[in-house]
Amino acid sequence: MIGARVPRSEDLRLLTGRGRFGDDVASVGQLWARMVRSPVAHGRLLSIDVSAVTGVTRVITAADLPVVHRIPVRLAVEGPVLDDFLQPVLAGEVVRYVGEPVAVVVGEDPYACEDAAELVSVDIDPLRAVTDAADGQVAVTLTAGYGDVDAAFAAAAHVVTAELAIGRHSGVPLEPRCLVAVPRPDGGLDIHGMTKVPVFNRDLLARMLGMDPALIHVHAVDAGGGFGVRGEFYPEDFLIPWLAMTCGRPVRWAEDRAEHLVAVNHSRQQAHRLSAAFDEDGRLLALAGHVLHDNGAYCRTHGVAVPELTIAMLPGPYRVPAYRGRIGVVLTNKTPCGTYRAPGRFEGTAAREHLLDIAADRLGIDRIELRRRNLLSAGDMPHRRPIRTLGTDLILDTGDYAALLAAAVGAAEKLGYFGRAAVPGMLRGTGLAMFVEKSGLGPRETADVTVTPSGRVLVHAGGTSFGQGIETVLAQIAADTLSVPLSSVSVVVGDTDTQPLGTGSWASRSTVVGGSAVHLAALAVRAAMGTEAAAGDITARRTFETAHMTYPYGVHIAAVDVDPGTGQVRVTRYLVAYEVGRAINPALVEGQLRGGVAQGVGGALLEEFGYDQDGQPQAISFMDYRMPTAAEVPAIDILLREDARAPGNPLGVMGAGEGGVSAAGAAIANAVRDAIGLAGSVGRLPLTPSRIMGLIYA
Amino acid sequence: MTHPIRVTVNGAVHELTVEARRTLADMLRHDLGYTGTHLGCEHGICGACTVILDGLPVRSCLVFGVQADGCSVRTVEALAPADGELSDLQQAFSDHHALQCGFCTPGFLMLAEAYLASGADLDSEREARELVASNLCRCTGYQGIVDAILATARARRGSAQHGSAQHGSDGA
Repeated sequence: MIGARVPRSEDLRLLTGRGRFGDDVASVGQLWARMVRSPVAHGRLLSIDVSAVTGVTRVITAADLPVVHRIPVRLAVEGPVLDDFLQPVLAGEVVRYVGEPVAVVVGEDPYACEDAAELVSVDIDPLRAVTDAADGQVAVTLTAGYGDVDAAFAAAAHVVTAELAIGRHSGVPLEPRCLVAVPRPDGGLDIHGMTKVPVFNRDLLARMLGMDPALIHVHAVDAGGGFGVRGEFYPEDFLIPWLAMTCGRPVRWAEDRAEHLVAVNHSRQQAHRLSAAFDEDGRLLALAGHVLHDNGAYCRTHGVAVPELTIAMLPGPYRVPAYRGRIGVVLTNKTPCGTYRAPGRFEGTAAREHLLDIAADRLGIDRIELRRRNLLSAGDMPHRRPIRTLGTDLILDTGDYAALLAAAVGAAEKLGYFGRAAVPGMLRGTGLAMFVEKSGLGPRETADVTVTPSGRVLVHAGGTSFGQGIETVLAQIAADTLSVPLSSVSVVVGDTDTQPLGTGSWASRSTVVGGSAVHLAALAVRAAMGTEAAAGDITARRTFETAHMTYPYGVHIAAVDVDPGTGQVRVTRYLVAYEVGRAINPALVEGQLRGGVAQGVGGALLEEFGYDQDGQPQAISFMDYRMPTAAEVPAIDILLREDARAPGNPLGVMGAGEGGVSAAGAAIANAVRDAIGLAGSVGRLPLTPSRIMGLIYA
Repeated sequence: MTHPIRVTVNGAVHELTVEARRTLADMLRHDLGYTGTHLGCEHGICGACTVILDGLPVRSCLVFGVQADGCSVRTVEALAPADGELSDLQQAFSDHHALQCGFCTPGFLMLAEAYLASGADLDSEREARELVASNLCRCTGYQGIVDAILATARARRGSAQHGSAQHGSDGA
């Protein structure tokens, strides 16, 4: 059962319109909510006048809240204190970005609520808006590294420096955020629409509301894409439940797309300056990176995890004898940032791999050969870097990087990626990038497995379902361990009552730690079935704990056509080679990789949250925030490898959620540089037609 | 301003009174309970809310409920031949891993269903890709959707040809 391309158990309900999305839940007597958001990027909030508002039940401002909570950091990294930078659930005295919630309207009808929100008059005395990270307040500076970097640079035969900036973009799942909070007669609260980390969010909400967490039931829902942004605790995750408790009625809220694009976590915007020191033969002696992270107006639940991951993962798959990474986290008057699929790796991989291509040309060494010369070898594993990230020691646990590179290049050659004749009038280029991912973040995940007297297997696991197919994957693991047919297994994830110890789906962890927990619980049930008389249910709860992450890796190869007349870049071929340890369901792994590439194409060429000098967002609809369609994403070749079992978990698996996007910015930037024939860097992503024209005709 | 309307959804006749500004999508979801129709952008770009209105695929966020007065609407809930079963198109989506989160899926299904039912040619990957480019998906990278629609088009054309050939031989 493990390793089989079985159809997904999620598909039947999703294909027939019977999915259970948060905004599908209607409750008797429900009220609707609509947020009022700041139209100004930075200013003193002088007054909120609601006298013109009619036709709704209540309008709530910060003054109406007993306590104006600030949303704490969920994913704390060691060191920095971020208390001064946390976002209040409603702005009280100062607004810091366009879209910041300043009031909530609740009423009987959603259209009337939207009308009323327009009639709330918000008087703001504008202050200067900071829109360029170079001008902003540095909230925190993080460093990582080891070895004598300065000595290595002083002794180097070659030093190559390159700059690359990544544009502000984000996950933008197709389902906007939504939440339904239903007060119960017993004083409890039912919540629909929370995902990703439902148990954490339940506990935080309980603390904010002064309730016992056991009285809050977060129900399992389908969610229309996660990608890091959905399911974090946002201001609405307090306001909607608080309104439900205060009004004593169900409250239902769904943002519209224009709100989503200014409210949900942004990500990625960083400016990188990287230098590499090489010896005569092109062997790396040292790497130094200086990065500026444009964090937006507040530190949200991810704290400074994205910048920390950037500098922790910057050395990638290479043997780097000395390393220094430094990143400044800057506050600006834009939407706050958080993680987006492959946080820190999409950005850092692009900067590092672009530098390597520039260095290869400078040193007169083939671009692939330069990488081959510097890769860590299978004999170096496990390779411990003296770097901490997400509270763990960075130990590259297993792998044969050179073998995967050779396989990827061989496959691409066979598929005709290299040396193709250019279409007349087009500039043709090929780009390659290599990366190390991280996955399977602990510290733990818990699962309950039950076998009923009729032989039904119930799996109550942590994690949540937002398209990755976790229900199918966990069912495959349980069925495999128990040697039962897949059809006899039912999986429930994301429900705080059925799995009160779940730690959620993020950081490519669900199959690794959640799957391992299911495996252990199923093993325990299997052992018990051998000894107990089968009179009732046989249940086991097991927790899988791990102190270290596991590190999958891969190669991306992109072929592009650049139109020198229009500046348009078309990705014509794309290959991902990826080591996953062991694929529970190869079809789903391939699906994850393909979807990741599509998002990478968006970040490399199309998607950007631009701002004008006053901090007004310039991408507030899908007409100006351009996500790739089928016309912009090519067919994607996948080379899925299971050659390096992860040593740290009983299934031998590595995560697969992020490897499709990690090196996409890098591979496409390198392909474009190759096509245009640049000596230096492409400068910044996304490579929009106007930027391409600037590069060609500079 | 409200208006009494009469609309047929998936074969069932509904008589209701709606505000003039109420979108067909909100009417389907909130007034009639057809929550399989999803709203991804509410400005006609993403296509998640696509339904079939008198045979044509429409973005139900860009159509008012009152405009459906006297019309027949088909939503994703009506695609499967029976409870627990899938249509050929739905089955192809599952077979080709053409969905992940499933939020955009009803829109792609209704778009493809209307297109295939129109009898328009769909022979090549390029044509399928052009059709699929009408809507947005954030999970799959589109390949599975392209493959599923193309496979369904070919299978339906094959069975139509097969069917008419048989019919011909019966006649002889």
